[in-house]
Amino acid sequence: MAFVFSDHASERRVEMHVPDGFVSGGVNTITYIISGGVSVFAVREANKKLGDKQVPLLGVVAAFIFAAQMLNFPVAGGTSGHFLGALLAASLLGPWISCLIMTVVLTIQCLLFADGGLTALGTNIFNMGIIGGVLCYYILVALKSIFPKNKGGYLVSVAISSWMSVVLGASACAVELAISGTSPLSIVLPAMASVHVLIGIGEATITTAVVGLVLNTRPDLVGTYSYQDARTFNTMEA
Amino acid sequence: MKDVNIMAFILVGLLVSLLIAIFVSPFASSYPDGLEKVAEIKGFLEKGEEWVLWKLSLMPDYSIPGSKNEKIATGLSGFVGTLLVFGVGYGVARLIRSKRS
Repeated sequence: MAFVFSDHASERRVEMHVPDGFVSGGVNTITYIISGGVSVFAVREANKKLGDKQVPLLGVVAAFIFAAQMLNFPVAGGTSGHFLGALLAASLLGPWISCLIMTVVLTIQCLLFADGGLTALGTNIFNMGIIGGVLCYYILVALKSIFPKNKGGYLVSVAISSWMSVVLGASACAVELAISGTSPLSIVLPAMASVHVLIGIGEATITTAVVGLVLNTRPDLVGTYSYQDARTFNTMEA
Repeated sequence: MKDVNIMAFILVGLLVSLLIAIFVSPFASSYPDGLEKVAEIKGFLEKGEEWVLWKLSLMPDYSIPGSKNEKIATGLSGFVGTLLVFGVGYGVARLIRSKRS
């Protein structure tokens, strides 16, 4: 988020979650309260669901998301996007552990790398952990019930819900910017949504590829996959 | 197909993540990301604040202050961050599990 550009800074790769100053104190306060409350609930849910296999899996999924988020890929018009990963985590470990993973990743990015503001941390957790991880998990579950009950139908559901995690997270960000008086909704919402429609294609590609890879090697680790061609059913209780 | 051993799965996953962070991230696109581009075009980029954390944070913007080689600094900060996130994630998971009622 080096957006106080000097000549050399414009050469630098820029990572940006919501920085300080974009979203008002009121919005940040509300999202901090919501994100804090959800995190407490998520810890309780995780306490019930973390099996022996899920403990190291949580760590490695968080590490992968952190690393993959560094890979900005170009989309149209001199703009880049990067992986989000919330739906990847949710498809493997469920909504609440996904939300915890995003909280860990975003907090370390904020404190150690100044990526995303500290006052905006609640807002970033809300947009990426709660909307991207929790809400989009339920979209995945709903889509699964519509599509064929096999690996193909499941992966299509993963692709669509991961695409939606980026579009909905960005749209939520636009609404927060509008409420904060930073930019009118009629301007910022179409702008944010349209660029993230493209970034979401990258998200869907990566998420589907990784989930497909895990299904082929360790289907029991894909917690939301429950069809007969997987060798084990509900895997959360390892 | 035989199941891959869980520890092997975790170690390969961690290794792949570290390799991405160290060797691929320095070559990622330097274009502004979605939010920053929108902020630039719609004229609210200057509302962003660089506050005290920017100076306190060890590796602001995935670089290392004072380092000459940006690509190496990015790879190194990616390495540190990925290991740290793994450690914190694993530690938090163990802590939550150990409090099982």
